[in-house]
Amino acid sequence: MSSDIYKKVRANPRFTELERKRSRFAMLLSAMVLVTYYALMMIVAFAPDVLRVPIVEGGTLTVGVPVGAFIIIGSWLLTGWFVQRSNGEFDDMKNEIIAEAYK
Amino acid sequence: MTGFRQALWGALLLMAGGAVLAADALGVAQKQPVNLTAIAMFLVFVVATMGITYWAASRTKSTSDFYTAGGGITGFQNGLAIAGDYMSAATLLGLSAMTFAKGLDGFIYAIGFFVGWPVILFLMAERLRNLGKFTFADIASYRLEQSTIRTFAAFGSLTVVCFYLIVQMVGAGQLIKLLFGLEYSTAVIVVGVLMVIYVTFGGMIATTWVQIIKACLMLFGGTVLLIMSMSQFGFSLETLAQKAVEVHANGLGIMGPGSLMADPVTAVSLSLGLVFGTAGLPHIMMRFFTVPNAKEARKSVFVASGCIGYFFLVVCTLGLAAIVIVGTNPEFYEGGNLAGKLLGGGNMPVMHLSKAVGGNLFLGFMSAVAFATILAVVSGLALAGASAIAHDIYARVIRKGSATDVEEMRVTRFATVALGVVAVLLGILFEKQNVAFLVGLTFGIAASTNFPVLILSMYWKGLTTRGALLGGLIGLVSAVTFVVLSNAVWVVVLGNAAAIFPYEQPALFSMPLAFFFTWFFSVTDRSARARIDKAGFEDQYVRSQTGIGAAAASAH
Repeated sequence: MSSDIYKKVRANPRFTELERKRSRFAMLLSAMVLVTYYALMMIVAFAPDVLRVPIVEGGTLTVGVPVGAFIIIGSWLLTGWFVQRSNGEFDDMKNEIIAEAYK
Repeated sequence: MTGFRQALWGALLLMAGGAVLAADALGVAQKQPVNLTAIAMFLVFVVATMGITYWAASRTKSTSDFYTAGGGITGFQNGLAIAGDYMSAATLLGLSAMTFAKGLDGFIYAIGFFVGWPVILFLMAERLRNLGKFTFADIASYRLEQSTIRTFAAFGSLTVVCFYLIVQMVGAGQLIKLLFGLEYSTAVIVVGVLMVIYVTFGGMIATTWVQIIKACLMLFGGTVLLIMSMSQFGFSLETLAQKAVEVHANGLGIMGPGSLMADPVTAVSLSLGLVFGTAGLPHIMMRFFTVPNAKEARKSVFVASGCIGYFFLVVCTLGLAAIVIVGTNPEFYEGGNLAGKLLGGGNMPVMHLSKAVGGNLFLGFMSAVAFATILAVVSGLALAGASAIAHDIYARVIRKGSATDVEEMRVTRFATVALGVVAVLLGILFEKQNVAFLVGLTFGIAASTNFPVLILSMYWKGLTTRGALLGGLIGLVSAVTFVVLSNAVWVVVLGNAAAIFPYEQPALFSMPLAFFFTWFFSVTDRSARARIDKAGFEDQYVRSQTGIGAAAASAH
């Protein structure tokens, strides 16, 4: 693969725009997952009683159960969002940039 | 302090794969009566996978077929295979055992093992696919000096593969004593022989399908077990929780965070070590080269995360159900003493649960699935090891790219057989050994030698050959040193009174060291080579983002 193609792509301002959008999106999603997880760990360490509150008055299941399930399911849904946006919007933009470079 | 640290460490061992014997401080498992149902079910699995290997052999003609299934695995299939790598026998047994013993703590722990996964993938999946061809060394040496970095990366891979193989082999041997009631050495030899057959004849196609079938069996078995168990509680989680609280020694305590999380720093550092270690395992990275393009690589991530997340939720619920169903049944305790030890050790709740709700037939099925899991993982390891030997060391470094496809294929087969022999011999040699330190080493080296080079080569323009090599070496040396000074080696193996390094997992400390020195030796590098290394980044960057020039799927 010739280096010229890479240079052409690199010089395209839309490539820079795509990269900015894409990396911002990946960082945002990573931050959402990590902040949630570390917030949970902080609660576990410093305010564990919050997680011991029953969901319904007099019930046995505590808030900890749905919170945990939410984190697992939520981060999976985020990967779904990531795939959907990357395979759609970002890939379309990428393909146009590549097509322009080969012109 | 030591109590819960031991529990945490046990959990890491469990998560790490075959070391299912860990909860009892890696004691040698007691041989159980021969379980013919389990053996019969396992034989069905072997026959089916042999059929697949036969089919795969006819499609494994080139090195590309062998290493990456010709890039012809779909995103969905690859997602299942990745999930299979993650849902080890140890996850099934270990995570459920933790929930069985600790309640919500076990669940919170499972979350720690899950969340790192999507993040790694947001940042790595696409670039791995676009830059890699056959091995992770392809990426690490993309713009750096070929021979040096490739040799270093290949040795990093091989070290991790060998240590991990020992852990899996010892785990297989102990597991088979418990579940099948057969001899340790039988298990090790069976695993070694089957692994060599799958890999030498069927290459990546067979290895992937073995992993996919196993993942499906695991998801199916877990779901059936969940349905059967929950039917006893009218499918109400609240009813299950009430009963569990009634019978568990900790009572209501199991529904909130408890002792296991008393030191979150240790917990988080273990989870970090596991996550980055996993990202640096050659047989996991290799999975991203088997799909045709970045689009499929992303899809596989979505499928894998979904399966893994679902499986973790199921397994934790099973642990809770086992508190009621297994925990109150004297049949499953040594001498029928409910306050005593579980038959077969602390990792057996989910197996006992299978027997309690599904009878001997279902227990046999779950045992066979657990054993099939180890087989699937070692096959992936053998393939990763064979690629490092044949593709990196033989074809690229020794022959400098002049080897023909036929020659390289021959070397891959010799390498696989050699790895099989080494794995069986080491497995038998380590039967009575405490392999805890090997898990620490495997993940420590993967996280602080392979991972920094990989991520920096993709993300940081300033990385130079000198920085990658010296930083990687420092990561390697510090990971090994920390493990030697930790409890697992310093106290348990060498017999000293107290550990010098207070943690079990070195990654939290060896990783920053590796990153710092890689940075330091790169920015101070003024050589001509350094200029070439940096100049190569722009092209590599465009390729990693667009896939232009990336290895394409071969036509089938």
